[in-house]
Amino acid sequence: MERPFAITLEVGSSRHNKTGTWRVERPVYVDRLPPCNDACPAGENIQGWLYHAESGDYESAWRKLMEDNPLPAVMGRVCYHPCQTACNRGKLDEEVGINSVEHFLGDIALDKGWMPETAATDTGRTALIIGAGPSGLSAAYHLRRLGHTVTIYEAGANPGGMMRYGIPKYRLPREVLDAEIRRIEAMGVEIVLNHKVDDLAAVLAEKRFDAVFLAIGAEIGKRAYVPAGESARILDAVSFLHSMEGQAPPLLGRRVAIYGGGNTAMDAARTAKRLGATDAVVVYRRTRDRMPAHDVEVEEAVEEGVEMRWLSTVKHADAGKLLLEKMTLDEKGMPTPTGEFEELEADSLILALGQEVDLELLRNVDGVVATDGVVQVDRNMMTGVPGLFAGGDMVPGERTVTVGVGHGKLAARNIDAWLRGTSFSKGGRPELADFDLLNTWYYSDAPQTVRAKLDVARRRSTFDEVVQGLDESNALFEARRCLSCGNCFECDNCYGVCPDNSVIKLGPGLRYEFDYDYCKGCGICAQECPCGAIKMVPESI
Amino acid sequence: MLEQIEGSQAVARAVRLSRPEVICAYPISPQTHIVEALSVAVKSGALEHCEFVNVESEFAALSVAIGASAAGARSYTATASQGLLYMIEAVYNAAGLGLPIVMTLANRAIGAPINIWNDHSDAMAVRDAGWIQLFAETNQDAADLHIYAFRLAEQLSVPVMVNMDGFILTHATERVDLPTQEQVDAFLPPYAPRTYLDPADPVSIGAMVGPEAFTEVRYLASLRQQEALSAIEQIDEEFSEVFGRRPCGFFSSYRMEDAEIVAVAMGSAVGTLKDAVDDMREQGVRVGALGLRTFRPFPADAIRSALSGSRRVLVFERAHSPGFGGQLSADIAATMRSAEPTVHSVVSGLGGRPVTRLSVASAIQAASKGELGLETFLDLDESLLKHEVTELGTARRSSATGGTLAQIIESSGPQGAR
Amino acid sequence: MPFQPIKFYQTGSFVVGNRLLSEDQRSVQSSQARTNSLTLGHRACQGCGEALGARYALDAAMRATDNQMVVANATGCLEVFTTPFPETSWQIPWIHSLFGNSAAVGTGIAAALRSKGRQDIRVVAQAGDGGTVDIGFGPLSGMFERNDDVLFICYDNEAYMNTGVQRSGATPPAARTATTDAVGPHPGEDFGKGKNLPLIAMAHEIPYVATATVAELRDLEYKVEKAMSFHGARYIHVLVPCPLGWGSAPSDTIRLSRMAKETGLFPVFEAEGGEVTSVSNIRHQLPVEEYLRPQRRYQHLFRPQPDTETIGRIQAIADKNISRFGLLNGEPK
Repeated sequence: MERPFAITLEVGSSRHNKTGTWRVERPVYVDRLPPCNDACPAGENIQGWLYHAESGDYESAWRKLMEDNPLPAVMGRVCYHPCQTACNRGKLDEEVGINSVEHFLGDIALDKGWMPETAATDTGRTALIIGAGPSGLSAAYHLRRLGHTVTIYEAGANPGGMMRYGIPKYRLPREVLDAEIRRIEAMGVEIVLNHKVDDLAAVLAEKRFDAVFLAIGAEIGKRAYVPAGESARILDAVSFLHSMEGQAPPLLGRRVAIYGGGNTAMDAARTAKRLGATDAVVVYRRTRDRMPAHDVEVEEAVEEGVEMRWLSTVKHADAGKLLLEKMTLDEKGMPTPTGEFEELEADSLILALGQEVDLELLRNVDGVVATDGVVQVDRNMMTGVPGLFAGGDMVPGERTVTVGVGHGKLAARNIDAWLRGTSFSKGGRPELADFDLLNTWYYSDAPQTVRAKLDVARRRSTFDEVVQGLDESNALFEARRCLSCGNCFECDNCYGVCPDNSVIKLGPGLRYEFDYDYCKGCGICAQECPCGAIKMVPESI
Repeated sequence: MLEQIEGSQAVARAVRLSRPEVICAYPISPQTHIVEALSVAVKSGALEHCEFVNVESEFAALSVAIGASAAGARSYTATASQGLLYMIEAVYNAAGLGLPIVMTLANRAIGAPINIWNDHSDAMAVRDAGWIQLFAETNQDAADLHIYAFRLAEQLSVPVMVNMDGFILTHATERVDLPTQEQVDAFLPPYAPRTYLDPADPVSIGAMVGPEAFTEVRYLASLRQQEALSAIEQIDEEFSEVFGRRPCGFFSSYRMEDAEIVAVAMGSAVGTLKDAVDDMREQGVRVGALGLRTFRPFPADAIRSALSGSRRVLVFERAHSPGFGGQLSADIAATMRSAEPTVHSVVSGLGGRPVTRLSVASAIQAASKGELGLETFLDLDESLLKHEVTELGTARRSSATGGTLAQIIESSGPQGAR
Repeated sequence: MPFQPIKFYQTGSFVVGNRLLSEDQRSVQSSQARTNSLTLGHRACQGCGEALGARYALDAAMRATDNQMVVANATGCLEVFTTPFPETSWQIPWIHSLFGNSAAVGTGIAAALRSKGRQDIRVVAQAGDGGTVDIGFGPLSGMFERNDDVLFICYDNEAYMNTGVQRSGATPPAARTATTDAVGPHPGEDFGKGKNLPLIAMAHEIPYVATATVAELRDLEYKVEKAMSFHGARYIHVLVPCPLGWGSAPSDTIRLSRMAKETGLFPVFEAEGGEVTSVSNIRHQLPVEEYLRPQRRYQHLFRPQPDTETIGRIQAIADKNISRFGLLNGEPK
């Protein structure tokens, strides 16, 4: 076809006009830190594994999760999910049910028998881990993944630590726990049971191991002094819950009082209820909003008929009754006695006032510092003794399974570096993906999926699991509620909304590139990016 | 085949034989009979593979033709007078885009005062638009020129306007030799557009062109009009071969041998001029007539050589540029570029005023005696003007120059300088 | 709802693409194979809504017609910024003739294709608001009335932007333009003026009329595709913010389109044969003030102090739209 001069032009010839020179600001793709990841004590890349779950690729999701946490089925049940508290979606409608998706992934992995990857070659290095609780198992798993030979000495008859001896079955069925531990063992981790280490110095002296990770937990129940009559029945919550594992349940009587306001107090109260107590009364010296127990625990306890006695301390215990003193909170929120008293009928009193670390095994080890009853570690989780690391409940920090798992991972990475003669660096912390950076218009309106709960009548009388898992369609739905804060999820918005066709789509999984030859820097892509993964940066002119 | 037929019907038949693919028009006298006939042809199925679009204005009429032509269809429309002015933006545009649209202009005066009768004011209003403008002398001419126009337009990618005097030709019934479809098909091949809107080979048509290339675009348009002059000569040959009838070339010449005086006109008045020439020849005046068919492009060389032996050229022109004079005489004077011949503008036939054999002869007579002014309004009815011109004269008296009715008519403003 | 958003897929179909949707559920714009009818290197201002709207609409039309399409374009920004000699940004068969005649040129193209028996090739004519509601209105109305087989798309940025932001018949009340300046006792465009072309189009009882914005791509693409399922005259009116003329941040182009719809000032609906068949519900209703405030053309409504009376009159326009079209419950009155 002829092209008459000037009035008729060859299509697409404007490519010669490089409009990028107009730009004063340039868009750049960034990966910001999602608040969930930021909040996760185990350092999970939650947004990362939800990304796979969203597409129904649960195995990839699980594998992504397993990079940081070897116990998703456990975690999906017992984690207090600070990720969800931090979740940006909470500001939109309700937070994403991350924990429920993790629960689902954990269960489907057990169901399908998926196995984690291990290093192709063994390093020949050995590590000893003392304590098969969450922290020890986590460290063992990560070290094994890295190719090291791992042995765990566990004092108890079964592995799991507080997961087994502290968390009631109705929250964590033992077959789930056993299955996830078995999977770690199947990777080649050796767990030596009934092997209590009394004298660490002696073990270190044997020099059988290139590194040692200490994770013995805090298993001694604090026994605050409560004046008591001779026939008063007082026991501590740790022992009480421990005794639920295979021993004859203790005789508590019909009316049980639990002293304390933490999660353990709730576990004890709910367990007492299930053992047949007509009355299970939690006595706590402050108010509900100051209670360390998590809301969900308190709610479930109340649903199951546990009573709460706020602003009360136990002044005296006697057979069949307690004398409580009413408290009040001063301006700093500290409970102060009022001098008013009342009686509470109680056949037994369970003390749930916290736990302590048994530091006896460290008595002959020089260089380990313990302050306030816990072992001090540096930011690499190493004690004052080179090659001796510690984590979990025995070091400072919140005492939860998730924190323990996180300690185990961090310790493992540092132990790995130690074994290789290098140092481990977490890398720079990316900018946080704040809610304000999102363009939430684009997200579908979708309320959270609630996991079904066991009928209350059954909860009061059995140890069946209370919180049921999601089925696949629910889990998929829930995963897809993720906003993918700060991380591109290939929604094509930038590619579509650019008036200057200056975004190049690279294809599935490959994301996009800006064509700076033409990008005029209008900033629509950044404004319309749902998840805040584009940043406008001034051009240096 | 010879037929006694109305001019409009003859043109409609010629257009039909040219197998247009899109026809669009808006009613305006005196063009209506042509498009009425074409609409019947399309609606009845007599003219196949053609769309007839009844548009809402002349602006749309030519715009539809622009779209159709750009899409590769042979496109036709017809208009006159006010209608042409209403579409004038599109007139320029069609030429600028090089779209070979054929349009009949049934020449008519432009208001105000509103006047439906013939003159060439409309054609003159668009003489600079870049179209080829042909003028028919007879209805045979008008019919032939339409077939011819499609061929010329498409060969050059330039739109062609066929001018035919409103009513005088459009509504006159006379004998016309209408060709057969086979003849037309032999002369006019199917339209093969130079460029068109084709999904298989997309282009952008109608770019914005700035100072860097606009001059060149206009230069090329000028070259194309020059090219049209040779194309016309070539097509004339082919036309006569197919139809056995030789078109008149750029212009028709009548008794031009040894003519000292040449009467020039475009359109139907040429016939009257020929009669007047016969009359004056009988009186011994050496006079001839030249009927200009091709007004744009202006065949300057041919005109120069045709007129070079004459002493006076009388241009009977049916349009007038107030404040300047006749456009056709100005073009001819500019073409001659010399003192000889003297070019007289005889403004005649405005708004349907008949151009009579007698009046033409008397103007020739005056010219032969050296008594004709440089600009004359033929058959001016002074009785009608008495009051008005007195008023005008009063106004003039208050100005620096002043003058009488006679003076005003005779001197006729700035043209007196020529 | 004209376009039923797909829910429960993280972003459903609100975003341009969605890796979780099947290919046939994804937008044209998300495709690496989209036509880019309007391609790189055009000279539109930063954040130009019209450039975006044109690519959205024409790429969708190209998909719907299997690339068998030609376009007639009126004079205006869209023509000027795409085809300054010697470069064109179009990658489709495209013609620019005049300011006021794109509908008629479209008619002519359609007639040509019909006469040639090529009705598989579809015709789009397009113009800005000036070329649609003002100077191009006659030919457009003629095209509608004859039911010519042309889809006409108006890219409405509510003033003559190409010539320097003068008032058009689509300029909204109180908006400052160069010919309705923010001076005198009633700054900006007068109330009670302007024409609603979608409703006028409906009055022609043409097969299909729709409004859309560049904020809701899927809805726009759906409407273009639907328009292409009809033969005869069709009209789509797309709101395309102009950062230059509106005095808005280039990055706000889509946000403002969204707000125009969410306030009710720009009702998004579709109509067949002159009857409204569906409306896009307001998803998160906003007061008009939030839409007006970021635009410098309305800044006289906020400085030196808020002109609550005028803002109230604009709110009343939005409220009337909401009730007239049933923008909150999908039930037109």
